[in-house]
Amino acid sequence: MVLRLSGVTVRYRDFTAVADADLEVADGEVLALLGPSGSGKSTLLRAVAGLEPLSGGVVEWDGVDLAGIAVHRRGFGLVFQDGQLFPHRDVAGNVAFGLRMARVPAARRADRVAELLRMVGLAGYQRRKVTELSGGEQQRVALARALAPKPKLLLLDEPLSALDRALRDQLAVDLAEVLRTAGTTALLVTHDQDEAFTVADRVAVLRAGRITQVGTPDEVYRWPADDQTAEFLGVTTILDAVASDGVVKTDLGPVELAVPDGPARLGLHPSAVRVGAGSVRGRVTARVHRRDHVRLTIEVGDRVVAAVAPTLGAPEPGDEVRLGLDADGIAVLHSRGNPTAH
Amino acid sequence: MDPAVAFAGPGLTRAGAGLAALALVPLGFLAVFFAWPVVAIVSLGLRSGSVLPTLADPDTWKLVGFTLAQAAGSTVVAVLAGLPVAFLLARVRLPGRWLVRVVVLVPFVLPTVVVGLAFKVLLPGGGAWTIVLANAFFNVAVVARTVAGLWAHTDRRAEDAAKALGASPARAFTSVVLPQLAPAIGSAAAIVFLFCATSFGVVLILGGAHYRTLETEIYLRTVEMLDLPTASALSLLQLLAVIAALSAGALARRRRETALRLRSAKETARRPRGGEWAVVGLACAVLVLLLVPIGSLVARSLTSGFAGYRALAGTGTSGTLVVSGWTAAENSLRAATDATLLALGLGIVASVVLVSLRRGRTRGTVVELVDAAMMLPLGVSAVTVGFGYLITLGALPGDLRTSPLLVPLAQALVVTPLVIRMVLPVLRSVDVRLRQAAATMGAGRLRVWREVDLPLAGRSVLAAAAFGYVVALGEFGATSFLARPDIPTLPVAIARLLSRPGELNNQMAYAACTVLMLVTIAVVLLVEWIGSGALGEF
Repeated sequence: MVLRLSGVTVRYRDFTAVADADLEVADGEVLALLGPSGSGKSTLLRAVAGLEPLSGGVVEWDGVDLAGIAVHRRGFGLVFQDGQLFPHRDVAGNVAFGLRMARVPAARRADRVAELLRMVGLAGYQRRKVTELSGGEQQRVALARALAPKPKLLLLDEPLSALDRALRDQLAVDLAEVLRTAGTTALLVTHDQDEAFTVADRVAVLRAGRITQVGTPDEVYRWPADDQTAEFLGVTTILDAVASDGVVKTDLGPVELAVPDGPARLGLHPSAVRVGAGSVRGRVTARVHRRDHVRLTIEVGDRVVAAVAPTLGAPEPGDEVRLGLDADGIAVLHSRGNPTAH
Repeated sequence: MDPAVAFAGPGLTRAGAGLAALALVPLGFLAVFFAWPVVAIVSLGLRSGSVLPTLADPDTWKLVGFTLAQAAGSTVVAVLAGLPVAFLLARVRLPGRWLVRVVVLVPFVLPTVVVGLAFKVLLPGGGAWTIVLANAFFNVAVVARTVAGLWAHTDRRAEDAAKALGASPARAFTSVVLPQLAPAIGSAAAIVFLFCATSFGVVLILGGAHYRTLETEIYLRTVEMLDLPTASALSLLQLLAVIAALSAGALARRRRETALRLRSAKETARRPRGGEWAVVGLACAVLVLLLVPIGSLVARSLTSGFAGYRALAGTGTSGTLVVSGWTAAENSLRAATDATLLALGLGIVASVVLVSLRRGRTRGTVVELVDAAMMLPLGVSAVTVGFGYLITLGALPGDLRTSPLLVPLAQALVVTPLVIRMVLPVLRSVDVRLRQAAATMGAGRLRVWREVDLPLAGRSVLAAAAFGYVVALGEFGATSFLARPDIPTLPVAIARLLSRPGELNNQMAYAACTVLMLVTIAVVLLVEWIGSGALGEF
């Protein structure tokens, strides 16, 4: 069983929301559509659901074109950003909805509802009113509701974006586990790379209606397709350098990287620049305390770079510091060794 | 078209055709039982050549002058009385708010003959001011509820910001709050003006032969003088005025919908403080004044014990009525039931069509036009419609003019717009994604309506049914034209009793009014119990 999109295009009058998207999702795979707001990722998801008419291209399931199949006959589950639970039904009534539509007998429905509520960590919530649940609980119910009829494909539209940060991190882990337990094939729309990387097996990066790159989280992080994709994924500094014998020499010092000899273009995440040891000198111009580290802005010559330092004993603005590069936070752009080059 | 449906391929045309067929039901009803009679009146007026002589007659302009002046006066009084009550409803969190809502709403749904009679008891001298006060009495609810609806959802922080910048509370009100509320006040005033200009029962009872408006003159010309050409010329004149007022109201409403960022009502109500207590006091005074006519009517009906109530079993002094009072009441209940069922069916179908059009890709102006067309019967005078029925419906098969269905049909015409205004906003507020969620879980088009929209709109439908029922029960303008003498409704019987001499007749009329009023109050309480949110745009 596989979902295949070829040349999918969605247009509103003169505006093209999604252009010529090609994508495949394998059985049991979780694929994230990752992109900034307005990149067309939600529109693409809605096109797969059948909620958005295609202006061109084909959406196929198992080789069957879905064009003539109405939303309610596709058997795809959908979870919205804000749950969209039925306010006039209790938790069990919401979760059982799809089962009722599928004419599952009442006794089996109750069992399945209990099973799903256990799976999402809300055992015993059957009779609760959905309007009295917290945001996180509502999303769990929405997930259980979408999973109950065993959808062929689960579509998740920014399912965690409306929640506060700590809850989001926790739920992302839970979501990944629920999807793995259920063995569901899923398409996840998100603008948050942490969420995409936590939940998905593969990530498709979208920008301005186009898919710029598809790969595993590691591939996308280490070998972004182009500068903008790299910057969207958190790269703050882009350096041109030269590699030889597994070492790349840059303006910010040398770093060991497995790239072929010759010119190389590197994207630095803040975590790639370490303060303390190293051959390059710079001056701290700003310091911001983040959750578990300190984020520094450092002038090096006429270049300004972002760096991280441990919270304990971090330098102050005005301090002179030494810098070095850490291969772990470096993305490689436009190298001949780039495995996902287009 | 629902996008969830539009993409279904073959379903596209089927759904479109279904919607079009559905739209034909209310539009067809409107065409046969509203547009045709009205057009017939207009063309009768034009053809008879009586338009120019009527326009040249200075008496006509005296009529127009009094109609507009009393409507303007009533509107001013209603707005002034309604604003403090709107504040009370929107901004104040005090116990007993439900009682305030009931007290305000009862006058609005009271039968016009009841209100006319109540003011006759209260101010036996009569006169133009009595008419102005009685018309205002009806419409305080329109101002209070329309303005409160917006006020409750208006961000309090704009006002706070003005005060933080040094504005006094009074200054903050005039420079920040009032401009924000202006669209609602304007829209309410336009509706009130319309209602007052076409007010019939009240003017007929309180004005006597002295004070006549276009509406009562059309009735008198038709029924008493059989002067159809002049009556139709006056109808034409009134129709033009109504369309002008409706357009002004629509303009104000459009601005209201786009003007403000709305907040949840819960955030904006609080206990009054400082000078706000004075406004609360003022509002309470208005509420007490609203209760005075009601109380005096009940008191008057009891002046000779229960004689009036006992007399309802008979036909009045020397057979004033053809049937007994209770039979008339029974006729009323039966006609109102038929009318309500008819109006519910038409109103729900119309709401479903309107909301489907809006959700789909139909142009906004088309939707607005259909919406406005459905509202027209609310504005056009009931007397014109009743009169129109008399001259057109003979052409239909089965001689509808003598059918017992005629009265319910006319009443349904008045009730249907109310049903739409109560059901449509709720359907419109159903998040389209909620419906899409249902569709992804396997619910087809009709199933989505049944599982999502209807349960959510259920309370509003119930409230609309109850509300529509009392309006039909008290409908007087069209019914007085159409009810046959041997099957009168209670309001018609009351008017008949009042037009004949005899203390027993008076007692009977007061008792019958009290009975109608009690039924009305019971229904308003029921609506309040169903849920205040269920009242939609009223």
